[in-house]
Amino acid sequence: MVGSMTDKANILEVQQTTVSFDGFKALDDLSFSMRRGELRFLIGPNGAGKTTLLDTITGKTRPRSGRVLFDGGVDVVRWSEHRRVRHGIARKFQTPTIFPSLTVYENLEAAIGMKESVPTLFRPLPKNRRDRIQETLALINLTSLVGARAGTLAHGQKQWLEIGMLVIQDPQLLLLDEPVAGMTRRDRDRTGDLVQQISKEHSVLVVEHDMEFVRRYASTVTVLHLGKLLCEGPVQTVQDDPRVIEVYLGRKHSDAAS
Amino acid sequence: MSSSIRDSTGATTTQRTMDSDARTIQRTLARSGASWVPLVLASVMLALIPPYALGPFYLNLLGKFLTYAIVALGLDLIWGYTGMLSLGQGLFFGLGGYAMAMYLKLEACGKRLPDFMEWSGRTTLPAFWIPFHSPVFAIAAALIVPSVVAGVVGYLIFRSRVQGVYFAIITQALTLIANILFIGQQPVTGGTNGITDLSTIFGRPLEAHGTQVALYEVTAISMALVYVLCRAITNSRFGRLLVAMRDDEARIRFLGYNPVTFKVAVFVLSAAIAGLAGALFVPQVGIISPDMMDVVFSVEIVIWVAVGGRNTLVGAILGAILVNAGKSAFSDSFPDIWQYFLGGLFIASVLLFPNGLVGSYRTLLQRFQSWRRRGESPVV
Repeated sequence: MVGSMTDKANILEVQQTTVSFDGFKALDDLSFSMRRGELRFLIGPNGAGKTTLLDTITGKTRPRSGRVLFDGGVDVVRWSEHRRVRHGIARKFQTPTIFPSLTVYENLEAAIGMKESVPTLFRPLPKNRRDRIQETLALINLTSLVGARAGTLAHGQKQWLEIGMLVIQDPQLLLLDEPVAGMTRRDRDRTGDLVQQISKEHSVLVVEHDMEFVRRYASTVTVLHLGKLLCEGPVQTVQDDPRVIEVYLGRKHSDAAS
Repeated sequence: MSSSIRDSTGATTTQRTMDSDARTIQRTLARSGASWVPLVLASVMLALIPPYALGPFYLNLLGKFLTYAIVALGLDLIWGYTGMLSLGQGLFFGLGGYAMAMYLKLEACGKRLPDFMEWSGRTTLPAFWIPFHSPVFAIAAALIVPSVVAGVVGYLIFRSRVQGVYFAIITQALTLIANILFIGQQPVTGGTNGITDLSTIFGRPLEAHGTQVALYEVTAISMALVYVLCRAITNSRFGRLLVAMRDDEARIRFLGYNPVTFKVAVFVLSAAIAGLAGALFVPQVGIISPDMMDVVFSVEIVIWVAVGGRNTLVGAILGAILVNAGKSAFSDSFPDIWQYFLGGLFIASVLLFPNGLVGSYRTLLQRFQSWRRRGESPVV
């Protein structure tokens, strides 16, 4: 993908970005973009650079070269992590990252206060915000656990709580890193529905290993391999692409066949 | 009216359920801290009874313990709630104490130069001593100097994302440096002896019973105010964010908060509280010296809070008073054993009751209450 011009319809454009750790290139001159409102899936074998890409977008890792253009052209590559979040980039981590000491309600309450100035954090939440917490609780299906300590939740419930904490901030781009990892079949279905519902009003990038989940919920898929973009397109096209089959799906096919 | 929300599985939540959830929320948010009635009662008793019930020696001792309780509250904020072990509270306490002592010394000396300056061969007052003729300046300095030190040092440390044990080490090093500095600069600080031979405060003799009672009352009221302030903070959303940051700083950062702002704010506040405690300490004890501002003292503050209960505010107060009361009682009879006992107490509190006395008491109470309630129908 050539060109330093940016398309205003893109919520995210990663341009010719290289990230290297002691000589090992986790991202190799990678260019990647997403349109506003898109639900995109990112797949690839282990070590392909998926998590590194998310780290670069959120600021956990600084690239050696390249640009990360967000929301119509702002290069956020020099921005601190929390500044990017305030600007609308939300990240869900691979393992459920919530606040175990606080209750479910307090976790969401902590998330919703992001835009406030420090003095207002000493005042109780206004009613419209409390209602928003209730709405989010209903969305992630944790209403009955509102007073439970988050540390006592089941694995799947923690994942949903984390997603709820992100959605409640009304971000523009949600990055979900393996949202269904370790989930039961039923929970995976619920999460898939949740992701689809969220993607109606937000741009969402999902990193996943679970191919059945990808097949079921994805429309466009991007495949990474060795830090480069291998293939991109509708699920079916990617599935049938011989390069992808050889590198990634192929291993699964041959495993399934034997 | 029945408004409803459809969740991701298609199920609906009616208004009635939302109301009962709101009630549950009220209950969970209201669960923080000791209940007000016994606290108010205790504060009133603490303010009114001791001046009449205790002789001058014990009144003075209790007043000293209350200043310790104040500095313990500050440490509880930064350590108990925010999870950062500061071994520098002794330093801030000492800075506040010295500020007050400088004012009192100038008042005691009148037109003459302080004795330790004369002995060191000085003929004029050092420039930075001059503003301390004013009590207002001295009290302000007692609060502001520790705050500025904490702000600068804290900002540099937290910005570089130094974590956990390194913060403790750096604050300990800072305390040690200040200690050595104050000892070394005898001409301007009084050296190892510190600042002594104070006589009056605001014209009233320090030794007079009336003055001591007034100082005690000011200390008791200050402690109550500091407690109320700390409680307002820990019960607020800001306080919950501190706990969240202690749980998972990365998550807080990736929710859009800058952890540095929170940490610096709490560290500065804990330093100001310690400075206030030091300023109240000096007129009651009549002396300040570098060993009241050293590493050992800083560690003792940590022990008080650990024993009392570091995730409660009342625990900090109780720990400070009880441990020091024990120290006074035992170190007279068994001066050699006390240090070992204190160390053993600390180890025991870390291993056996990590929530401290008050924390363990509350946990047991909760267990007892839910054991009793198990017979009744579950409340959502």
